[in-house]
Amino acid sequence: MITLTVNGKQHQYDDDENMPLLWALRDILNYKGTKYGCGKGLCGACTVHLNGQPIRSCATPVSVVGDQKITTIEGLSENGDHPVQEAWQELNVPQCGYCQSGQIMSAVALLKSNPSPTDEQIDIAMSGNICRCGTYERIRKAIHRAAQLKIDVKEQS
Amino acid sequence: MKTIENVSRRSFLKGLGIGSGALVLAVNFPEFVGMPKAIAAGQVSKFEPSVYVHINSDNTVGIVVHRSEMGQGIRTSIPMIVADELEADWQQVKVIQGLGDKKYGSQNTDGSRSVRRFYFPLREAGATARTMLEQAAAQQWKVPVEQVFAKEGYIHHRSSGKKIAFGELVEAAASLPVPDPQTLTLKESKDFNFIGKSDVALVDGHDIVTGNTTYGYDVDLPGMEYVVIARPPVLASALESFDASKAKAIKGVIDVVALDNLQEPPLFKPLGGVAVIAKNSWAAMQGRDALDIKWKVSEHKVYNTDTYKQMLKDSCDNAEAVLRKKGDVDTALASADKVLAGEYYVPELIHVPMEPPAAAAHFHDGQFDIWACTQTPQSAQNTVATLLNVAPEKVNINVTLLGGGFGRKSKPDFIVEAALMSKRRGKPVKVLWTREDEIKNGYYHAVSYQKIKAALGPNNEVNAWKHDVALPTISSTFAKGANVIGGEADLGLIDMPYDIANVQCAAGKATAHTRIGWLRSVTNINQAFAICSFADELARNAGEDPKDYLLKLIGKDRQINLAEENAKYGNYGEPMEKYPIDTARLKNVVERVAKMSAWDKPRAEGKALGIAVHRSFVSYVACVAEVSKKADGKIKVDKVWLSVDCGTAVNPERIRSQMEGAAVFGVSIAFFGELTAKDGVIEQSNFHDYPIARIADSPVTVVDIVESDDLPGGVGEPGVPPVVPAITNAIYELTGTRYRELPLNKMGIV
Ligand code: FES
Ligand code: FES
Repeated sequence: MITLTVNGKQHQYDDDENMPLLWALRDILNYKGTKYGCGKGLCGACTVHLNGQPIRSCATPVSVVGDQKITTIEGLSENGDHPVQEAWQELNVPQCGYCQSGQIMSAVALLKSNPSPTDEQIDIAMSGNICRCGTYERIRKAIHRAAQLKIDVKEQS
Repeated sequence: MKTIENVSRRSFLKGLGIGSGALVLAVNFPEFVGMPKAIAAGQVSKFEPSVYVHINSDNTVGIVVHRSEMGQGIRTSIPMIVADELEADWQQVKVIQGLGDKKYGSQNTDGSRSVRRFYFPLREAGATARTMLEQAAAQQWKVPVEQVFAKEGYIHHRSSGKKIAFGELVEAAASLPVPDPQTLTLKESKDFNFIGKSDVALVDGHDIVTGNTTYGYDVDLPGMEYVVIARPPVLASALESFDASKAKAIKGVIDVVALDNLQEPPLFKPLGGVAVIAKNSWAAMQGRDALDIKWKVSEHKVYNTDTYKQMLKDSCDNAEAVLRKKGDVDTALASADKVLAGEYYVPELIHVPMEPPAAAAHFHDGQFDIWACTQTPQSAQNTVATLLNVAPEKVNINVTLLGGGFGRKSKPDFIVEAALMSKRRGKPVKVLWTREDEIKNGYYHAVSYQKIKAALGPNNEVNAWKHDVALPTISSTFAKGANVIGGEADLGLIDMPYDIANVQCAAGKATAHTRIGWLRSVTNINQAFAICSFADELARNAGEDPKDYLLKLIGKDRQINLAEENAKYGNYGEPMEKYPIDTARLKNVVERVAKMSAWDKPRAEGKALGIAVHRSFVSYVACVAEVSKKADGKIKVDKVWLSVDCGTAVNPERIRSQMEGAAVFGVSIAFFGELTAKDGVIEQSNFHDYPIARIADSPVTVVDIVESDDLPGGVGEPGVPPVVPAITNAIYELTGTRYRELPLNKMGIV
């Protein structure tokens, strides 16, 4: 039995401990916002945060996670108003949307460590996230926009 | 047949979430023939078309989207069209995803035709509802109907300034006769609130960024079992034996069962194999990997990419199926001052939508309830009905969001697998395709070889154009042994738009060894690559500017009549009178893209431009690509300009996003796309060996949309074809090397 902490909520988990976090989240704990794209750490669709750091949940067994803090797209904000989520909507970034939870989780992590990244830094930080629909250009713009929104938020508070 | 009926009182509305007392209009759409012909020959049957608009007394406006959302934004664009004519306030609009049902007409969401086919019927639907609400208000106020008008969810009385909300009028409006469509006044384009505007947010935007979406992969049914299938690595191989002991030992695996072998042709039938049933996705995937299976390998084991390529090349020399013939190319070639020739090769490609195929099914009480990421719910319904022996009415197809489609999800084989497994298990099941399954067992974009020859006169004028192609045909998926292309010829081969006196297009034979399907833009990809590359080669040979030369090749303003040139041209299912091949529009986008990219200005050191133009899905797109060498010497596409003329631009914001996506899709094809086969087995399996463009590969994209009142054309696909040759033409400008074979990463330059 492992206690998994997802978005601040505790879940008792007694399934296979070798199961990648991705499937535990999706099939067992019913957090379906985190997506499967490759299962091999190649596409980033499954990106979640472990103690605030982006990880590929498809390549991270539950046993490794233990009682560390997991944040999924559902837990990013109460009302979908995280600056990254707002910027994403403002610029209508998504096409099919399937890759976007992973993109957003990677972008949030980037902005945390680098509040105003350059295009090149964005390209490096986001290189693990594939978007087959090709929304990359808007992702770049939305990250810049979110950086701006974050500054605004800070200045207000 | 009346095109619009008042169906407010009909019983079949139950279950659509429509309150009683609502005004409901059914719109019947004309039947149409799809494209390519080979596709239509597959599973599509006759439809009795209709789609619904309803207005509830609580003031909400329900608009049924009967097409599948896969990133093109149709769940936003269809409601925009209806709401505009209705004069609804955007806030009152509720989007309802239509079930698979022939009453909606075609729901086959491919061929870039959702807006093209439904623009006017949807506007009429909105206008009809608006007119009836206006009549109801006029009656209530006892004023002539001319004195009232609809605006933002209310009917207003012009002189008194009185207004009344739509919701308060539904009861009265529902009892009125439907106006004759001839009497309807459609809005003038200057009065549009939503059509042609770029400020409508995506209907699903908030749900997507909060993870609150349901794709096929996400469907969860109570008591559901998870199924992952080991399918034969070589098409149509039979199961000889299998050992499931290791699989069954895995925690969570419930059972392992053999499926029936595939009998060719493949159609949309399951591929057979061994199914692992488990308590969760992971256990099912682990179980599948632990199977030990022996196959009786089919005749398709002869498929090897190297030898197949040579076969295609030879087949071009025996291209006997003449598909367009104007004048006499052979004589012109024999008497030419100079003959220029080019040979082009585009490998087998696969869709890789970010969400692989997935479907959930529950068989109960003699019926199937199905949830799937399908582009074509009716084809899914009919295929399940036929293969599992039930009436189509017993198959309910719920369309989820699609995590990308690109043509893969218009083949319902995976949905049949889910139905089959649910019936077998007597339980709800979800069949999941892994990425490996998607790549190894797909419906592939055909590998192709093409040869073009031009006869040149003394001043390098082109007197003859001979284009021979060889590729396995989509028809082989529907008829075993079919080995000559059909509808594929209409996708950029025989509609080559250059003004040349002698033209011949012909196809050679090629036997298919995998399921051949259609991928976004279909054969326009390879055919535009060859034609637009060769145009560039002709320009270089003549020592002329490629843009000027391209305009000269296209020639005078005219509408090309292929019927006069012994060509049967499908024109994407559209009549030629309404959607001609119009060279003026083609040249216009060339001029515009040249202007926006400052084509005539010299580039900075180390940068170069390439240009290409192509008409497909009755839209016109010109592309300029700018490439440069990175510090490591590899080539990068820095910027792409696209000028698109798709007639009336309904949702410019989504047109732009489709064009941006097309640029990236084109980079993926040009740089990376290649599947290879060894002894009938596809060798690639995941993104490490079938790479897709990543953010650093993605160009800055600038999109120009021609303002036009012409009929709307396609948007989802037409952007892709010109991108690839624009890139290789730019690379020629930069490096002096002509790349006639894709992908470029094989050449070590990207
Ligand atoms: S699903 Fe985890 S990286 Fe692709
Ligand atoms: S939006 Fe479709 S894969 Fe990224």
